[in-house]
Amino acid sequence: MSTDAGGAAPPPGVDPSGLGPELQTSWIERYGVAQRAEGILAPLLTTVLAFLVGGLVVLVTTGKNPLTTYRAIFDGAGLSWFFQIGNHEIGLPWSDAKVWFPWNVNDFESVAAVNLQQTLIVTTTLVFTGLAVAFAFRCGLFNIGGQGQYIVGAIWAVWIGSSFEGMNPLLHITLAIVVATLAGAVWAGIAGFLKATVGAHEVISTIMLNWIAIWIGSFLFGLGGPLQNDAQSSVPISNDIVESAKLPILWGDPLLQGLHTGIFLAIVALVVYWALLNRTTLGYGVRAVGFNPEAARYGGIGVRRNYFLAMAISGAFAGIAGAIDVLGWQFRLATGDIQTSQVGFIGIAVALLGRNTAVGVLLAALLFGSLVTGTSTRNLDPEIFQPELAFNLTLLIQGLVVLFVGADLIVLWLLRRLRRSGLSA
Amino acid sequence: MTSMALPVAARMPNALRRVAWVGIVVGIVAAWLALPPLTIRSWVPSLVLALIAVMLGIGIAIRGERRFGGFAIAAGLFGFGIAFLATLSTVGKLESVVVWSALLAAMLRFATPLAFAALGGMFSERSGVVNIGLEGMMLMGAFFGIMAADKLDSWWLGLLAGILAGGAAAFVHAVWAIHLQADQIVSGTAVNFLAVGLTGYLFIDIYGSEGTPTDIPSIPNVHLGFLGDGFVGDIFGSLNLMIWIAIVLVPLTWAIMFKTPIGLRIRACGEHPRAADTVGISVYGVRYGAVTLSGMLAAAGGAYLSIGFVNSFNENMTAGRGFIALAALIFGNWRPFGAAAACLLFGFSSALAQRLPEYSQSASVLFQALPYVLTLIAVAGVIGRSIPPAAVGRPYKKQ
Repeated sequence: MSTDAGGAAPPPGVDPSGLGPELQTSWIERYGVAQRAEGILAPLLTTVLAFLVGGLVVLVTTGKNPLTTYRAIFDGAGLSWFFQIGNHEIGLPWSDAKVWFPWNVNDFESVAAVNLQQTLIVTTTLVFTGLAVAFAFRCGLFNIGGQGQYIVGAIWAVWIGSSFEGMNPLLHITLAIVVATLAGAVWAGIAGFLKATVGAHEVISTIMLNWIAIWIGSFLFGLGGPLQNDAQSSVPISNDIVESAKLPILWGDPLLQGLHTGIFLAIVALVVYWALLNRTTLGYGVRAVGFNPEAARYGGIGVRRNYFLAMAISGAFAGIAGAIDVLGWQFRLATGDIQTSQVGFIGIAVALLGRNTAVGVLLAALLFGSLVTGTSTRNLDPEIFQPELAFNLTLLIQGLVVLFVGADLIVLWLLRRLRRSGLSA
Repeated sequence: MTSMALPVAARMPNALRRVAWVGIVVGIVAAWLALPPLTIRSWVPSLVLALIAVMLGIGIAIRGERRFGGFAIAAGLFGFGIAFLATLSTVGKLESVVVWSALLAAMLRFATPLAFAALGGMFSERSGVVNIGLEGMMLMGAFFGIMAADKLDSWWLGLLAGILAGGAAAFVHAVWAIHLQADQIVSGTAVNFLAVGLTGYLFIDIYGSEGTPTDIPSIPNVHLGFLGDGFVGDIFGSLNLMIWIAIVLVPLTWAIMFKTPIGLRIRACGEHPRAADTVGISVYGVRYGAVTLSGMLAAAGGAYLSIGFVNSFNENMTAGRGFIALAALIFGNWRPFGAAAACLLFGFSSALAQRLPEYSQSASVLFQALPYVLTLIAVAGVIGRSIPPAAVGRPYKKQ
C-alpha cells in the first residue's frame, strides 16, 4: 500500500485487522483465494493419495522402493527433459530472428526428448477422450463409451486414410478427421438418442456400444475381414494409411513416432470446449440440464434435445481422438490394438480429476499421459520395474483417482477444517 | 387345458398378458419350425405364425399392456428372421449348429455367471444403491477364486476367497455410496477400474506371462446318471455345481425378497428410506448388508467363470458380463424370475454366437457382438416401462 500524502493510511501501531472496509475486502479476497485453491487443492490431494496407495502396493507386492519406481516412470515419461534448462535459441516462424529459450527443442534424439514426444502424443489423445467424458458430465450424463467412440473414429480414419491415394494432403486429413468426428458423434448419439427417447441409462448403453465397436473392429481387420490388409493375408491388421493422410511431424523423427501436429488440434479442442460451454446458448442449456433437469425443463430448455446433443458432441471429441491417433502415429489398426486399448477409459479419470474444466482436463491428461508412457514396455527401465506390472499400476492409480474423486466429501471436509482452523487462528 | 395350467393362468394379472404369452410362444414356434429336428425348408408357415404373433402383440399393445405386447411383437419378428435365415442355410450346417441339447446346456453355462451377478445386483438396487461395480466385483471373484484355489489346492476355499474378495470390493462401494454420499455411478466405476488394475497387477506379479497353471482344482460337475443319455440327460446330466446353485438361488431370492421381513426391509429402504428409518429400520445397516451381499453373489458368478467354466484366468476376463447382468436386472423389472429369464436370453445368444463360426470364420468374430447388441436392444425397448426402486441412486442422509 502506498503512503500517499493525504491518503487514508492506517495510523502506525493500530492493528490492521481491526474494523473498516479494508479488512472486509481482504477477508473476502482471502476466502476467494481459498475457494479457488480448493479447485486445485482437492484434485492435487486426490492425486497424491492415489500415488501413496499405489506406492504402498508396489512396496507390499514387490518389496521395491516406490520412489525409485516412480522416478523410473518419471524418466520413462521424459519429464526429466524439462529439467535440462540451458541456454538455447529457437528460430521464430516466418523470420530469421532467433530468441532465447530455456529448453533445447532442437534436441530430437535424446532419450528424454523421445520419451517426452511419446508422452505428449498420449496426452493429446487423452485430452480428447477426457473432453468426451467431461462434456457429457456437464449435462449430467456419464459417458463410459469413450472407448467405443474412439474405436469407431479410428476405424473410419484408417479406412479413409488408406483409400484415396494421391489426394491433396490437407483435404485428405480434413476428410478423415471430419468423418471420424461424425462417426464418433453418431456412435455416442445412439446412446444419447436412447436416453432422450426411452430413457435407457447411458452407462449401460455406452458400455454395450463399446463392446459392439470392439467386435466390429475385430471383424473388419481380422483374418478374412473386409478391411484386412491386402498384402499380408495372415496378419490381422488394416492397410497402412497413405502418405497424404499422415499428420505432419512437429517435433522428433517421423520414423520414430515424433510428436505430430494433432497436439494443436487438442489445444483448439480445449478452447472450443470452454467456449462452447461458457459462451454459447447450447452450452448454457447443457449446463442447465446438468445442474437440474427439472428446473431446466421448467425454464423452457429442451432436456431431451440437450441429452442427445451432449452425447453427440462428446462422441465427436472421442472420434477425433481415434482419427489423430491413426493419422498421427499408428498409421494402421491391428485387432490387438482395438481389443487392448484403454485410452477411452483413462479419459474418465482425466475428466473426473480435471473437474470437467478445460484446464483441469489438460493437466490431468498430462498426468495420465506421463503415467501411460512412463509405464510402457518401450520406456520403462525393466531393471527397476517390470513394465507389464507397471502398466497395471497405472490402471490401479487410475482407479484410485476415480475412487478418491468420488470421495470428495472427505477431501472437502479436510480442507474446510484446515481453513477454519487457519482463519480462526 | 390341463389341471396344472389353470392355477398358473388364474394368477396372471389379466387376460391380456395370457394372450401376450400365446403371441410369444407362437413367435418362438415360427422360428422352431425351420430349425432341426423339423427343418421345414420353406419360410411361409413361419411367416404366417410370425404375423399372428405380431398381430396379437399389436392388439395387446394398443389395449395398454405395452410391455408384453412389445415382447410378443419382438418374438414374432425374431421368429420370422431366424426362420428365414435358416431356410437360406443348408440342412447339414443347420444340424451341426442347432444341436438343441448342446445349445441349451451352453445357454445354462453362459447364463449362470450373469444370474449370480443379476441376483446380487437386485439386492443392492432394491435397497437403493446403484451397483455399476458388479463387473469389478465379478472380476475380483474370478481372480481371487482361481488364485486361492491354486495356492490352497481346494476349489471350495477358492470359491470362498473369491466371494470374500468380491464382498470386500462391494464394501468399499458401500462406504462410498452410503457414508460418503458419493455419486454411486462414479464409485461403482472406481470399483471396476480398481478391480481391473488390482487383478491385472497381481495376475502378472504372481503368474507372469505363463498364465494360470492348468491343474487348478475346479468346481465339480454334478453327474446325474439316472437322467440317461436322452435330451434331458444331455442338458442336465453333468452340469456344474454352481449352475444348480444358481437355479436354486432364483426362487430362494424371490422368497427372501418378497416373502420375508428382511426382504420387506430391503425394499422399504429402496422405495422410501425416510419412512423405513421412521419405523426403526436401520437404513444404513440394511444398505451395507445388501450391497456387500450383492458383491459376494457377483463374485460367486466370477469365481464360477474362472474355476468352474474356463478353468483359467486372463486380464479383464469378465468382458462386460457385469453390465449385461445389470441390463438383465432392468429387463427383468428388478424381479428374480424376470432377471433370470433375461439371463437365459443373453446366455442363449452367447451360446449361439459360440456355435455360429460354422458359417464363416471371419463373421464369427462379428457374432461375438450378439449378446451386447441384444442387451442394447433390450435396454432400449424396455426401460421407461420397467420401474426402478424409487430411491435408487440417492444417498440417504440421516436427520
